[in-house]
Parts: sequence; structure tokens; C-alpha cells
Amino acid sequence: MTLAMFIQHLLNSITLGSLYALIAIGYTMVYGILRLINFAHSEIFMLGAYFVFWGVTLFHVPWPLAVVLSIVVVAFLGVLVDRVAYRPLRDAPRISALISAIGVSFFLQNTAIVFFQAIPRAVYTPEWLATPIVVKGVHVLPLTLFVPVMALLLMLGLMYIVYRTKAGLGMRAISKDIETSYLMGVPVNRIIALTFGIGSALAAASGIMWALRYPQLQPIMGTIPGFKAFIAAVFGGIGSIQGAVIGGMVLGFIEIMIVAFFPSLAGYRDAFAFILLIAVLLYRPTGLLGARQEDKV
Amino acid sequence: MKRIIALCAAMLFALAGTAMGADNTFRLGVYLPLTGQNAFGGQLELEGVQLANQKAPTILGKKVELFVVDNKSDKVEAANAVTRLVDKEKVRAIIGTYGSSLAMAGGEVAERAGIPQVGTSCTNPLVTQGKKFIFRVCFIDPYQGAGAATYAYKNLGLRKAALLVDVASDYSVGLASFFKKSFVKLGGEVVSTLNYQSGDQDFTAQLTDIISKKPDVLFIPSYFAEGAIIMKQARELGATFQIMGGDAMDNPEITAIGGKAVEGFVHTTFPYDPSMKNMSPMAQQFTAEWKKAYPKQDPNVNSALGYDAYMLILDAVKRAGSDDPAAITKALAATKNFPGVTGNTTINGTHDAEKPVGIVMIKNGKKTYIDSITPEL
Repeated sequence: MTLAMFIQHLLNSITLGSLYALIAIGYTMVYGILRLINFAHSEIFMLGAYFVFWGVTLFHVPWPLAVVLSIVVVAFLGVLVDRVAYRPLRDAPRISALISAIGVSFFLQNTAIVFFQAIPRAVYTPEWLATPIVVKGVHVLPLTLFVPVMALLLMLGLMYIVYRTKAGLGMRAISKDIETSYLMGVPVNRIIALTFGIGSALAAASGIMWALRYPQLQPIMGTIPGFKAFIAAVFGGIGSIQGAVIGGMVLGFIEIMIVAFFPSLAGYRDAFAFILLIAVLLYRPTGLLGARQEDKV
Repeated sequence: MKRIIALCAAMLFALAGTAMGADNTFRLGVYLPLTGQNAFGGQLELEGVQLANQKAPTILGKKVELFVVDNKSDKVEAANAVTRLVDKEKVRAIIGTYGSSLAMAGGEVAERAGIPQVGTSCTNPLVTQGKKFIFRVCFIDPYQGAGAATYAYKNLGLRKAALLVDVASDYSVGLASFFKKSFVKLGGEVVSTLNYQSGDQDFTAQLTDIISKKPDVLFIPSYFAEGAIIMKQARELGATFQIMGGDAMDNPEITAIGGKAVEGFVHTTFPYDPSMKNMSPMAQQFTAEWKKAYPKQDPNVNSALGYDAYMLILDAVKRAGSDDPAAITKALAATKNFPGVTGNTTINGTHDAEKPVGIVMIKNGKKTYIDSITPEL
């Protein structure tokens, strides 16, 4: 393998990894606070990408504005999902909320099939993100650099909210003990709604970027990336924001490098990537950065 | 006691009478992917079947009644769909389906029930292999793979080939191996064969490796949605070689998704396209009928195959003089030079259609039908 090829593989894996990382952050955030695996995350991801598509093709909104609008709409949708499907189950056993999340996921996916149709759709990509730059035989899309930078910025922004603001303090309090937070006057429902809003906005942002890289929209497009990002979040230590980013990057790196070094395994790369992840989890059951948690249930 | 028996017998006859009355329709089942990954092709095929149904609504004085079931692009659903058509709807013949994997899953059920099935665009040889009741109106992959290889080697003068194959799709694996076999037989060299799995979105690792092997042509036997993304990523990584594919790439969405990256792409297909020159009268008539029925959408080869499958079954019923499944099967097997929209069709010994292979190129963002060839097997 030549150096140029290796660098090309490395860049490819950074792009894929940072996309996984972006999705994983959203999963980890909701889980960290509510201990709820928000299965609807991958459908919110899909809706984010579709809303930009509709904005640009149907309403002729300029692309940057369509992105902002989509993120805002999806954030409110996330709050709505929490209000309708999760909040009434706050005191129910955890498994009920989990089933409700699966229900929301199926509901959103099937609604999308009805309204958007199952036909894969083309995605509008701004020219400045999609014209490759060639440096010594290595082809770099501006998008390749844009995605990791966005992932990093969003991670830092999120850490600021969680560790430096009052709402973040509330989030951390809720994650430790929801009942006591109520008693201490933390506006629990409002903080949780905010968490879902931010989580959904992140899902939308990652969906939009995913669609830029893999320009095809389908109602089921969120399932596989969502699934993999969730695994990346668990691998990095679910509940930890840095862990989600590292987990996503590692997964992207493994997926690309397996093909790069063992091309004959390309068709089965998921199997090999996950064997590696499982092996790591066997030694570190809480993931790379996960703190040991005592289960109170 | 005798009275009661007589009464029961009378009622039984009455019931039988009503059942006979219902027999005034020819019950024709259709199962296609109307949602999921293959929905686009399935939808177009269904519209082709429906157009044919409007054109020829009766056979042997009976009304043709269509029973349409969605197989959701899923093998299990395909088997369920055929079970439902056979057990619940009591159909006499079945049209379906788009996608070889789906046709195989559904075909098992139809074969066991002894109901003839006519495939639309399922091109893997295994679909009809060893089956008594399974037919198709399309050519098969060895034929198509040989067509692509012949065109690449002889017409385009390409000598080194690479392949990127979906290991989870029978269609993709089959077509790839037939292309390879013919290409090598003609004197070409295969420099790289790499895999992926249906649903993958990132092909950059495989493509980086393929580009380093410097092939003249990359053959991608994928479905159009993945194919368009593969081409896009290949061009972004600086690939300049020719890219070729099979009939599953024949879809108008390919240029929408792939944009400039699909320019110059060549694929084999069934010999029908609304843009083709020297269209047969049959094809001209179909195109005109379609444009009248669906003014918003151009017909494509899937719609033509749906249409042909319907007409082929009706032709068999007519020749058999009965809508008995066994008689239809016998008549289908004896089809010779049936004039279809996609060319004259002869059903051969393995129940596959023999017809020419069309070659299509994307030029200036438009699908252009450039050639028809008869491949050397």
C-alpha cells in the first residue's frame, strides 16, 4: 500500500467515523440522563435529512436556511415525542419506555413511507462541499473536512451545556437521581424536554450530513447508521459524550481499515468490525470511557 | 332423516351453483415490491400490468381480475404473498416479481401449489432451475453478463476489469460471475473482485483499492440506488475508468442520485426504452398507450416487462383454451416467438426467455439506448 493510498483510507475513515460519532452523541445524551435508549433517534435522523430535501426542492428555500429550519423543526418534534410517548411513562418500569421508543420508531418510519414514499430520492448537495480537492493523488472532499469539524464543535458545545450551564446542572442532577431532583426543585420535565430537543437537533444535523455524504434519501435510511452509532456509543461508554465521539471514530476506522488491509473480507466487514468491538467490551464491559454504574432497579 | 339429508344435498348443490357463478372471472395474482428497496421497479411493473389489464380486460369470455400483494422487497414477505395469493385468493396464475431473491422465495410456494408463475425482471438462473411451474419474460443473467462482457471487450476495447459485488444479493453474485466468465473467455483479465453488503453506504475503502489496480472497466452488478452512490464515490476518489452495470441499474432515478458521476455509464438491459430508435410497432403502441395512461411518468423497461408478463399469460390461457393452472403451464412452456414489447420472446427448455440484450449509455444526463447485441455464450 502506498502512502497516498493509506492517507486516502485514513481520510475516508475519518469522514465515516465522525458521522457515526455525531449520531452517537445524540444517543448517549438521552441515555446518560434518562437511561433510555431512544430508538426513535434513527427516525429523527431520517426526518432531518428529508426536511432539508423538501425545503430545497418543494419550497425552494436556500440550502443553509433549509438546514437551520429542518434542525429547528426536528428539535420541536423531539420535544413532542418526549411529551407524547415518554413523559407519561416516566414512573413506569424502564422497559415500558423502551418499548414505547421502539413504537415511536416504527410509527415514524411507516408514516414516512406513507407520506414520502419508499422510493430513494436524490439529495441536493451544495457545489462547494462536493468538489474534490486533489493533493498529491489524494482526493479530498471539502465535506470530508467539514464533517469532523462539525462533530468536534457540536461535542464541545454540548459539553459546555452539560458542564457549564444551569440547565446542564439540572441534567446531571436528573441523571444521578430523578426523584431527589424533583424534591430539590429542578424543573425535571422541562430539562428532559430540553434534552430531547438538543438530542433531536443533533440527530437532524447528523442526518443532513449523512445525506450529503451518501446522497440518497429513504424512509429506512436511519436504521443501519443509527444501529451502528448506538453500538459505537456503547463501545465508547454510553452516557459519556467524549466516549461517543471516540466510539464512532473507532468504528469508522475499523470498518474502513478492515477493507483496506484485507480486501477479501470486504463483504463481511460488519461481522469483523463487531467481533473486534465485542472483544473490547468483554474486557471493559462499561465501554472505553464508561464509569461503573450501580443499577438501582 | 332422509329429508334432512336431501335438504343438505340441496343446499350443497345451491352452494356449488354460486361457486360456479363466481367462476366467471380469471383470477390472476400479482406480487411485487411496492415498498422497500426495490419499490421503484415494482411500482413501474405494477403499472405495466395494470395498463395491460386495461388493454385486454377479458380472456375466453371471462373477466380478468387482478389480486395485487406487496412483497415489501423482503424474501419472507414474498413467500407470504404467494401463499396468500394461492390459499386465500385462489388465483390461477401469478405474475412476479422484480428481484431474483424475491422470485425464488415466492417461486418455492407457487411450485409446491402447482400454480404457474411468470417472473417480470428476475434474472438469476436459479429462479427457474428445476422448476416445473416457474417462467419468466426476461432473459437470464448468464446471457446478460455475457452481453456486458462482449460489449466491454469487443465494442469498447477494454481489457482489464474490476468488479464490486453485493455478497448479500443472489442477483449481484450471479451476474458478476457470468460477466467474469465471459470476459476471461474473450481474452480479458480480471484484476480485482471486491465485495460489499446490501445496505452499505460507504464504498470508499473498496474503491480506493480498486483504483490502485488501474482497471479499464469496473463492473457493478448492483441495484440502482447503491450503484449511483458507488459511481459518485468512485468519481470523487478520482476514478476515470469506464463503469458498467446490469439491468437493475435501469432506472430514471440513477441520474438524479448520481448526477455528473453517472455520465458515460453503460449498462445492459432488456431491449425496450422510450428513447430507442427503430422501435417495433408493438413497442410504439405500448409507448403511446402508456403516455396516455400515465402522462406524468415515462415508461421504462420494467413497465414493459410487467405488460409483457400479463400478455404472455393471457396468450397461454388462450392457446390452452382453459384457465386450468396445469394447462396454462403447458401452454407457457410451448411459447414460440411471442411478440412482446421487449422483443420476440421464445420460452426455452429452462423456462427462460430468449431475446436480444440492449445496451444503454447515460449521455448528457439522459439515458440513451445505443445498441442491441446477441451475446456469445
